[in-house]
Amino acid sequence: MLEFRKDLFADERDDNLNVIGKGEQRQDMLGHVTGRTRFFDDHGFDGLLHLKVVRSPHHHARIRSIDVTAAERAPGVKRVIRGQDVPLNKNTLLSLIDFGKDDEPTLAVDKVRYKGEPIVAIIADSEAEALAAVKLVRVSYDPLPTVFDVQEALKPGAVVVNETYPGNYFEYHDKYDHQKLRFGDVEAAFRTADHVIEERYQMSPIEHASTETNGTIAAPETNNRYVVHSCAQGLFFSLGTTAKILALESNRLHFIGGTVGGGFGGKVDSLTEPLAVLGAILTGRPVRYVLGREEEMQFASPRGAERHVIKDGVMRDGRIVARQITSYFDAGAYTRLTSYGVVKCVAHMPGPYTIPNVRGDAYCVFTNRVPATAMRGFGVTGVDFSIEVQMDKLAHLVGIDPMEFRILNAYRDGDMKAHRRVAHNTALIECVQVVAQKVNWPLSETARRASSLSGGGGPRAAIPPTVTDESGRIGRPETRQAPPQLTPGAAPLPAHQPRPVVPVYQPPPAHQPAAALPNYPAQPADAAPLPAPAPPVPNAPAPPQHGAARFSSVFTRRR
Amino acid sequence: MARMPVQFRLNGSDRAVFVEPAETLLGTIRRGLGDFAPKFGCGQGTCGVCTVLVDGEPRLGCLTLSVTCEGRSIETASGLADGPTLHPLQAAFMEHFAAQCGFCTPGMLMAAKALLDRNPNPTRVEVVEAIAGNVCRCTGYEPIINAILAAAQQRGVRRA
Ligand code: FES
Ligand code: FES
Repeated sequence: MLEFRKDLFADERDDNLNVIGKGEQRQDMLGHVTGRTRFFDDHGFDGLLHLKVVRSPHHHARIRSIDVTAAERAPGVKRVIRGQDVPLNKNTLLSLIDFGKDDEPTLAVDKVRYKGEPIVAIIADSEAEALAAVKLVRVSYDPLPTVFDVQEALKPGAVVVNETYPGNYFEYHDKYDHQKLRFGDVEAAFRTADHVIEERYQMSPIEHASTETNGTIAAPETNNRYVVHSCAQGLFFSLGTTAKILALESNRLHFIGGTVGGGFGGKVDSLTEPLAVLGAILTGRPVRYVLGREEEMQFASPRGAERHVIKDGVMRDGRIVARQITSYFDAGAYTRLTSYGVVKCVAHMPGPYTIPNVRGDAYCVFTNRVPATAMRGFGVTGVDFSIEVQMDKLAHLVGIDPMEFRILNAYRDGDMKAHRRVAHNTALIECVQVVAQKVNWPLSETARRASSLSGGGGPRAAIPPTVTDESGRIGRPETRQAPPQLTPGAAPLPAHQPRPVVPVYQPPPAHQPAAALPNYPAQPADAAPLPAPAPPVPNAPAPPQHGAARFSSVFTRRR
Repeated sequence: MARMPVQFRLNGSDRAVFVEPAETLLGTIRRGLGDFAPKFGCGQGTCGVCTVLVDGEPRLGCLTLSVTCEGRSIETASGLADGPTLHPLQAAFMEHFAAQCGFCTPGMLMAAKALLDRNPNPTRVEVVEAIAGNVCRCTGYEPIINAILAAAQQRGVRRA
């Protein structure tokens, strides 16, 4: 049941809410219970044709030849589509917002980069005939070596997955091999910390498994237009993508949709729209392209795998003084949305805590896996999980209750975040307090009296001197070709370290002029260390045996 | 292969169609007869979104051959309401927020109807068992279970 705690932050809002807190029937509910809601596939067409694709059985292979003669002559087959029939057979989804290079074909031509990549599309009178003809297509392959691990893929000499990005990493701003966050000096803080721990967290890919699979029905309409019944979560995004790939004016596409049979991020990739519309153009008839359940589970984009390596420096009194996070996102063979997930991840470091020294590095890496995409908070959920498990471990290490430990390190209004934005409307402390209350978790008087509204700002609003290289930047662009360290045969990096960046981070010159950090107010190099947000907990209790601590220890190996 | 004639009742009206020998009941109802309430989710009998009633029994439309339905009475979610009056299950699903995307809803409703028709006062466990073959990826099932129990209770009250 929903409960409104109006005592919290009462003076930050007025309470004239006329919808929130009151029951309201959803406008689509009547359609759902009467079976009248029309999903993309719930539209009848005369002469409907069915499209199925030939998929690569290899994770990585050069295509030597494609023979469609037998398929073209098979019963019921109306049209066979190949890569060269696609007007613009290379696209990247976020090109619509000018982010990234076109790197993915609609139908593979010279090479397949993941198992299940579409190569040929068959359009036939019935699904059964289309599937039968798919089996008649002869593709001959030269299998290539594969790479499935993100850190392997970043090593010098690794197999190149996606030639658009020969370093196997997405290039931010066309030159940077990863996203960075720098705040203060983590190395110096690690040296003075009472404890330093480093842990590695690994998230598997997750399939959205919506009950409705991905699909599209496209049909010729009047006025040289095409009507497109689409499962897309972002209907206009899909319209733009389809128009680009097919080199059509977007006003020739009449997209209908927005009624999605479960999406969760798995229906933003326009997996079926471009081919269905191309089929309708080439045959002049309605074409239905729907993924089967097996295709959906195996070859439609999942949430990608993530690896986070977190190293923290903590004082005996519980203050976290440094946090370093290195993250690797497995994009699979093509970019799709992973490049954006990485940006979100970095924006989320170091979690809702005020930590005076932070270093973050996140990579979007290409491997021979099924391309990943959006899923429910992607980019944030994985690093959040890792950070919170790490918080439990740290609390255990210093012998402080995990709830108290979070309150102790929580950000407060007025604090400076590592992104150099001042925190406001923070509420972690209050959330932890309410949770503790609900589950009868004893909190100390200090923790119970803590508030997000007080104790922040002041010295906690300072931006510490941040380690830069000799040109005043927090790190130089790196290319796979250039750096001297990256010659083949170089010793592999330990698992927890980012790739070497040249030069290695150097402390700023003794009297760094303010101009060297043009965007940020310079702070004196001898700025006072961040004071403890709350007095140290006296007589630290024995390590907690709460469920949360035990739970977290299941997931990661201690090193 | 030659098409075969089949006659059955669909939501109370007599229908006659020609079907392929291997055509599924789901395909016939949807693309043959234009009732799009039952859905396709897997075609393998694993998700239950295609659930319809055949002579009152819940059946997976994707695994039932149309030719086996000669002379039977088929019910789908389209036939649940009595004109503008909703079936108690429909009203309870609305009331209890038992659908999010709504894709599993037509199948859930039919599985629930089969249960209540045969057992008007099911326990929670019996409700869970009755919808055990129906996947819902959105709601987490609790609102659906609550809705079915509420509908049963309301019908009981009305009968009393
Ligand atoms: S479509 Fe019939 S059980 Fe999934
Ligand atoms: S409401 Fe979406 S699958 Fe049940």
